[in-house]
Amino acid sequence: METTTKIKNRITELFQKKSNNILNIYFTAGYPKIEDTVTVLKALEKAGVDMVEIGMPYSDPVADGPIIQQSSLDSINAGMTIKKLLEQLKDVRKEVTIPILLMGYFNTVMQYGVETFMKEISEIGIDGVIIPDLPLDEYIEHYQVICESNNISNVSLITPNTSDERLHVIDNITQGFIYMVSTNSTTGNDAKKTEDNHEAYFNRIKSFGLKSPRMIGFNIKDKKTFTDACAYANGAIIGSAFVRMLSASSNLEDDINQFIQNIKK
Amino acid sequence: MNYNVDKKGYYGNYGGAFIPEMLYPNVEELRENYLKIIYDESFQAEYKDLLKNYVGRPTPLYFAKRLSEKYNTNVYLKREDLCHTGAHKINNTIGQILIAKRMGKTRIIAETGAGQHGVATATACALMGMPCVVHMGAIDMERQKPNVERMRMLGAEVIPSMTGSKTLKDATNEALRDWINNPVDTFYIIGSVVGPHPYPDMVARLQAVISEEIIDQLTEKLGNPNPTHVIACVGGGSNAAGAFYHFLDQPDVELIAAEAAGEGVYSGYSAATTALGKPGVLHGSKTLLMQTEDGQVVEPHSISAGLDYPGIGPMHANLFETGRATFMSITDKDAFEAAFMLARTEGIIPALESAHALAVLEHRKFKKSDVVVVNLSGRGDKDLMTYITRKEEYLSTK
Repeated sequence: METTTKIKNRITELFQKKSNNILNIYFTAGYPKIEDTVTVLKALEKAGVDMVEIGMPYSDPVADGPIIQQSSLDSINAGMTIKKLLEQLKDVRKEVTIPILLMGYFNTVMQYGVETFMKEISEIGIDGVIIPDLPLDEYIEHYQVICESNNISNVSLITPNTSDERLHVIDNITQGFIYMVSTNSTTGNDAKKTEDNHEAYFNRIKSFGLKSPRMIGFNIKDKKTFTDACAYANGAIIGSAFVRMLSASSNLEDDINQFIQNIKK
Repeated sequence: MNYNVDKKGYYGNYGGAFIPEMLYPNVEELRENYLKIIYDESFQAEYKDLLKNYVGRPTPLYFAKRLSEKYNTNVYLKREDLCHTGAHKINNTIGQILIAKRMGKTRIIAETGAGQHGVATATACALMGMPCVVHMGAIDMERQKPNVERMRMLGAEVIPSMTGSKTLKDATNEALRDWINNPVDTFYIIGSVVGPHPYPDMVARLQAVISEEIIDQLTEKLGNPNPTHVIACVGGGSNAAGAFYHFLDQPDVELIAAEAAGEGVYSGYSAATTALGKPGVLHGSKTLLMQTEDGQVVEPHSISAGLDYPGIGPMHANLFETGRATFMSITDKDAFEAAFMLARTEGIIPALESAHALAVLEHRKFKKSDVVVVNLSGRGDKDLMTYITRKEEYLSTK
């Protein structure tokens, strides 16, 4: 079985300090306006969020639903690129201390150059990446060494259909935490039809004895869904619901604070 | 050199299965089973029976006498246009639906661009009494109304893809999302040699009947199984994969792939992937891809909806890179002229896709003794509106 030395960074420190109710917010880079990335990031930290994922927009995000896809297209059309994003984030560590992950699709990272990308994001203080369409075996064969030597956590996903055998492999390989996809679903989907059996899945994973911390994502949208998820994991991730709020916001700082306080209250 | 897929699902540098974890169990289940099923005797018996009695195979390999005289060589047309539903697409959908049934799947989904693969899938589903959902870009639904109605008449549900550019690439995204949301009961019938491994290999094997028949038919007609050239159009590349398949390891047979150059390779309105693309990842495989410098997928253009795709199958990317196949860029105008030429020389109205392959005859010199097989992948009924409305524009110089 594949093994790996666990790296240490802001993500691992967070899980050492805090083991439950960890709130992780996803937002699309350069959204709602192209220069809003750092504004949103700072507002999230100020509001008390524990960790953030910044989405690197891609034209064909198959794991995401319509809300995140639309925000991605708007951002691309406004001129967002990885180069531009890294430029925006270059001094981020002077102002923001919470862990930051970048989430995106493999093609854009591949075009930038995987090695250059990991080195540069490490230099500006990014802690981890989530690349949903980079499969485990490709990662192990070609990219694990690059990520780990740059102290970048590559976070792996699991789903209700992930087998026990594969869970063990992922538990060994993932860095930082395991991203538990809550249902068989793309992001922002209404999960009614699977709500009945997600408890069985959450319980199965909870009792599995995984070494890695777990964060539940996909279809977490408010106080109730956040609290429910936190009963089974170290925390949860809100994406589409937050992006939807951003799309309608006229005062980013106030609206972000309001949104976060509604979850945390 | 090996031009077929390797154990890891790669053709040289291209292929693989770049899928989110949500799709891993589905794709893995298929990967573990597809070869066992395809080479099972009872599958072969059922598949071959349907190809013969339902699809109408073998399709003729027709010696086009007047065409041969015109180009001073020997031109044979592989008449896939005579298949039930009017194109080679049904070879694949019949095969995949039989695989789906053997895997216990009860719901079928598909993506479609022009609607040909959608119609072929809806047909196979009607034949098997299985529910069918076809994802189709909202813009394509507007452009291809007759095929939308055909699918509906066959009992399929056609869901408009409202995301992105609302064309084939987005319909494929939506079909993948549908599969993520319905991983257990649903089988995704992909229409070309694209997608994560094992799809490119599975579709190529199901279309390989085309070259298998060419070999038998040439042997019977000429006493020699090999032509000197095989020409086929490439969008995703399923008809080309089928026409090339049994010749891949015959270096004496030159393989020619016709790509859609739209209004000209460098016009900004083109789908000539090998000329304009670079290695990238889309729809689950690493392949040549038309994209911006930053890795955003570019919307292609071709007059032929079936070639209007920003990538090509990984098998073709490898044939291009190794030089095993020759890739030629054919413009909208070239294809349009070739379609009228075939209609008036042989009395056959080809699909615009297939007209790209025919146009190669105009752009490439062949020897008198050459045996040139052109894969006539589909018939032109579906393109009649385009032929009517754009005739003045394209044939004005004639």
